[in-house]
Amino acid sequence: MKTPAEHRAPAFQAGKTLKKIMADHFLELDAAAKSRERKIAWCSSVGPVELLRGMGFLVYFPENHAAMLGATRMATELIPTANALGFSPEICSYLTSDIGSYLRQKTPLSKAYGINALPKPDVLVFNTNQCRDVQDWFAWYAREFQVPLLGIFSHRDLGKIKDYHLQDIAKQIQDLVPDLERIAGRPFDLERFQEAVRLSKTTSALWRACLETAAERPSPWSFFDHSIHMGPAVVARGTQVAVEYYEQLLAELRERVRTRTAAVPDEQHRLYWDGMPIWGKLRALSELFASLKTCVTASTYCNSWIYEQLDPEVPFKSMARAYTELFIVRNEQFKEQYIREHVRAYHCDGILFHDSKTCPNNSNARYGLPQRLQSVSGIATLAINGDLNDLRCYSEEQTKTQIEAFIEQLEE
Amino acid sequence: MNTAHHATGLFAGVDVGASRTKAVVLDQKRKLLGSDVLKSGLDFSGTAETCLQAALHKAGMSADSLTSCVATGYGRKNVRRSGITKTEIACHAKGCFHFFPMAMTIIDIGGQDNKVIKLDNVGRRIHFKMNRKCAAGTGAFLEEMALRLDLALEDMDHLARQSQEMVELGSFCTVFSATEVLENIRQGRKIEDIVKGVYHSMLKRVLEMDTLDDAVVLTGGVVAHNPFLAEMATVLTGSEILVPPFPQLTGAFGAALYGLELESRPDTRQADSGHT
Repeated sequence: MKTPAEHRAPAFQAGKTLKKIMADHFLELDAAAKSRERKIAWCSSVGPVELLRGMGFLVYFPENHAAMLGATRMATELIPTANALGFSPEICSYLTSDIGSYLRQKTPLSKAYGINALPKPDVLVFNTNQCRDVQDWFAWYAREFQVPLLGIFSHRDLGKIKDYHLQDIAKQIQDLVPDLERIAGRPFDLERFQEAVRLSKTTSALWRACLETAAERPSPWSFFDHSIHMGPAVVARGTQVAVEYYEQLLAELRERVRTRTAAVPDEQHRLYWDGMPIWGKLRALSELFASLKTCVTASTYCNSWIYEQLDPEVPFKSMARAYTELFIVRNEQFKEQYIREHVRAYHCDGILFHDSKTCPNNSNARYGLPQRLQSVSGIATLAINGDLNDLRCYSEEQTKTQIEAFIEQLEE
Repeated sequence: MNTAHHATGLFAGVDVGASRTKAVVLDQKRKLLGSDVLKSGLDFSGTAETCLQAALHKAGMSADSLTSCVATGYGRKNVRRSGITKTEIACHAKGCFHFFPMAMTIIDIGGQDNKVIKLDNVGRRIHFKMNRKCAAGTGAFLEEMALRLDLALEDMDHLARQSQEMVELGSFCTVFSATEVLENIRQGRKIEDIVKGVYHSMLKRVLEMDTLDDAVVLTGGVVAHNPFLAEMATVLTGSEILVPPFPQLTGAFGAALYGLELESRPDTRQADSGHT
């Protein structure tokens, strides 16, 4: 039996840059929060970050912090604190773990960067394209910090996107400007905004190119790597830092393709992952799949962070399009087609649906989609129960058995 | 252990379940020579070995004559004698197809979980589902209800058969179901009617997990000890329910069959044993 280390590909050189980017991100925010020299905006992960950067804000992403709570397995201990305040254990465990973290004054930033408090916001800005929970989550902090709360309310379950959808969202983004000017204490700077849009677009193109290397056999990286390396696509989107990071990563990935360096040595099977990562089990699942000679080559989650519709010439309208054409706000027909195309493009033998207890918007096994995909395309599907952050909703043994049985099934 | 690459010899399967450990010994003609069932307890490795030794003893054989030993179940990685493991999903499928070689939907009700497994007409698995992280529809549900009713588990089957007016238990949750049972006790409902209601509730939870296609086979330890469940399932589904001869042993039987097949196909030994 191989040890977990023997199943693992060599570490990415870009990993060092990644660590530095994440450290710089949090340390810059922490310094600004202390000096008050720059305004800080909290933004939902698929919120209008380009506009905020264009207006000179430093941007902090609570969802990124929540994912860190999950990955460090601090979340499960912190969630009950928010539950006791009236936030149900059934709602977003990013929300409950993050609010629990704030109330208990426990954050993974302490150990990682010596930062003991989150950077106090001057404004909170959300987009409900992800879910309604970001609205309630940010509203809690707005009350706590007594700062303005601004939001974009997205359309949902979209099939064909109509111009009126885009006009509405573009108008909502534009309507943020006067409030943001007042909070920022500076006028709107179109050129700076366009530059952020341009950098976001370039970042997206590079991220897509990185992900597409996983279509190669063997794949040079897996979903578990993607989940880590997408950090800059979230926290540094709209900056030159992200662009340079993905240029570095892409070069490394292409070299791995050239040298046939596999993420999973002796790769035999390839899967598609739908739904959220189980942050506290990334390492364990990565090792389990590797021991089964299985590479998870693509995912809805990581492949959704591509916003190439962005166009600096029409920044508001193109932002509206980029943040409305997202998988998560689309209807079931779109989602079925999207997954089929990605399964084909990434040469997957099966699809694993993570039915995340507290994240219904990112769980696509609840309306018969796995059954439809299996009957239409003949591709094998498996649904596992778990959660993005709340490990009380996850059974390790049951999941292992299901995954092993699924791979056995593919081998028969 | 004899490693000769031909289908002769003695083939063991050990199924270390959450509740019970089962061991079987087959000959090369797939005939069951010996078996045993023990409470899994806290020492899975020790129980597996004791169980296997007991099965060998009943077969009149010793461990030295074993050609292969395949382990399955939650504790499959704890079986020291086994170099090969398979999931219980694979083994129940293999075992059921041995007894009923046809396309089928298998319902395996175990102590801690249940599974619905679909096979095509050559025994290939097409799909499977496991219960959510919840006791509803598992042996654990019956154990909880037996406790509430102050009954021994083995008394439930004959009591359920005596019921004339079954009570309805509507809840999905085991704790809520227990409250419903208490409410029925308070109302003076007959124990046999409550027990039948418990069976009915359990079956509903299992049958709603997936569609039932082709032949329906009920297997696992719970149906072995509560055969009335199969009769009730026939009524509930309106179709015949097949039960293998030793439903509690089906997983271990399937494991032994895997060993036999691997010996018959030496070229596949490496690939199929890669999960240990």
